[in-house]
Amino acid sequence: MAKLTTALLLATTLVVAGCAKKPPAYIPPAPGNVPANPGNGFAPGSRGDFERSVTSNTVNFALDSFTLEERARAILDSQATWLTRYPNVPVSLEGHCDERGTREYNLALGDRRALAAKNYLAARGVAPGRISTISYGKERPIALGSDEASWAQNRRAVTIVLN
Amino acid sequence: MLHKTIFALALAAVATVGQAQTAPAPAPAPVQTPAPVQTPAPTGPTDPQQQGELVVDVVGGVSAPLGIAIPVMPTAEIVNTPAGRTDVLGEQLAQIVTGDLRNSGLFKPLDSGVKPIPYPEVTAPTFDYWGPAGAAALVQGFIRANGDGTLTVGCYLYDVFSRRELARQGFVVAPADWRRAGHKCADMVYSKLTGEGPYFDSRVAYVSETGPKGKRIKRLALMDQDGENHTFLTNGQAIALTPRFSPDQRAIVYMSYLDDRPAIYVYDIASKRQRMLVPNTNLTFAPRVSPDGRWVLFSMAIGGNTDVYRVALGGGTPQRLTDSPGIDTGGTYSPDGGRIVFESDRSGTQQLYVMNADGSQQQRISFGNGRYATPVWSPRGNLIAFTKLAGSFRIGVMSPAGGNEQLLTDGAQDEGPSWSPNGRVLMFFRSTGGGSGRADLWSVDLTGVNLRHVSTPLDGSDPGWGPLRP
Repeated sequence: MAKLTTALLLATTLVVAGCAKKPPAYIPPAPGNVPANPGNGFAPGSRGDFERSVTSNTVNFALDSFTLEERARAILDSQATWLTRYPNVPVSLEGHCDERGTREYNLALGDRRALAAKNYLAARGVAPGRISTISYGKERPIALGSDEASWAQNRRAVTIVLN
Repeated sequence: MLHKTIFALALAAVATVGQAQTAPAPAPAPVQTPAPVQTPAPTGPTDPQQQGELVVDVVGGVSAPLGIAIPVMPTAEIVNTPAGRTDVLGEQLAQIVTGDLRNSGLFKPLDSGVKPIPYPEVTAPTFDYWGPAGAAALVQGFIRANGDGTLTVGCYLYDVFSRRELARQGFVVAPADWRRAGHKCADMVYSKLTGEGPYFDSRVAYVSETGPKGKRIKRLALMDQDGENHTFLTNGQAIALTPRFSPDQRAIVYMSYLDDRPAIYVYDIASKRQRMLVPNTNLTFAPRVSPDGRWVLFSMAIGGNTDVYRVALGGGTPQRLTDSPGIDTGGTYSPDGGRIVFESDRSGTQQLYVMNADGSQQQRISFGNGRYATPVWSPRGNLIAFTKLAGSFRIGVMSPAGGNEQLLTDGAQDEGPSWSPNGRVLMFFRSTGGGSGRADLWSVDLTGVNLRHVSTPLDGSDPGWGPLRP
């Protein structure tokens, strides 16, 4: 619970920062000069490092929507910050849907969600060539219930570090 | 490898020239029995209302299924064949015919009082026995092992009360195809008595499911319409979705997550090899083959915009048919190939649209409450089946012009209808909610009656009902 609060505070800060100025120019760090993330125990630039460093690897969506709302944008800002720090790390964006759409429509909707997140990261300076997308439609729910809370969790785009 | 043989009988007006030429056995009727000489020429299925003739009313649904008896098909000589002993096969053939006719919902096969018949009785029924037993119609047949390794199955349909033969056909099959002879016999009976086209000798491609909801294993699978001859075509390492037959039944188009690249593949049934339909990096899905087998309609997502395209079944450059900025998917041809029905969210929610095959004259046809998805044009051309989303998912039909909407199922999550070859039955999948999230196959008559669970070895979804086999 304490961790979640911290995450929310961080997210808010990032949103403010994100709104206050243009996305930073893409500046690759000098080789060998990558700042470590002391304390998280993962190799810098690794998937574990990413997941410990960002607010979340997942953004959620409203029903039948691929619009990035405020909290989703804040999460993606934190991801963009990390991805800017490790400019050679490729990522995959997975788009997912809840079970209240038909299979094929959800494949298209999942694609739109993944792409919305990708485009946002690209606008924040992450080279689009680093970001692949894949839609899973409703094939890979993370919450298994058939209720509002589960559906809300399943409508998501997940950033996966590919290394 | 199935030949229809027409009995060498002067009165067998059912003979069609093309098929008769391929008939390898000149006289498959039981040799110990004289062929019936007073049999009137069978009438075609187009005039079932001829006076006094037995007919099953299929218009008003299935209020009173027709009582029918299907005794074990005797054999003149018990022979061991690769398919089994001929006497055992005779029992199983009668069970196949019984199962098919019962599952149609239009027939009530007798459960008791079905006596075994001796071989000579096949063409000389004891009508006095079957009438009181409750049978208005009688199906008798025989099985014979031929010297060349094939099997001959004879199939006769009788009207018990008028004491007449209504139809007869013989089928010469390779042992591996023995079940098909039973389905062909059932198809003859069904067509003759209902006036509807046949559909029992057909297959279903579908997705076999197992494993937990969040990590479901989905394999491409193929089976006969009655669930027999089941085979898995993929091993489950990649998610398989939405299979559809090509009209010649040599290929199945489907979607696979092979190599984490969700795309459409063309699977060749004989060689068990597959190739990507459109080799590019875009998401391709929702494949449907055109009635002439030349084209595949499919959806492709480019830059967040999903449109309906077509491409030659053999591959080539896709041609875009829709260009709305929304999600256009689920495109399916009309049986004459001239038009396409598809779903689009261009109005804000999923709705059904029809257009010409070249993409022109796009016109919305669904206007009811809720969303509409997965349209499928009936093989007869007069109906479009769909999934309706309005709180629950239900299967329904409407006319191609958009009127006469009728919902056929009332499950919580029924999705993805597929027509039987004769356009009489719809197969779909029904999911259960909650943590299991299991899905299985069901079928329903287009009048909304005779809802049936279709048994599969594991769970099942995404049925694609193939054409009638030749």
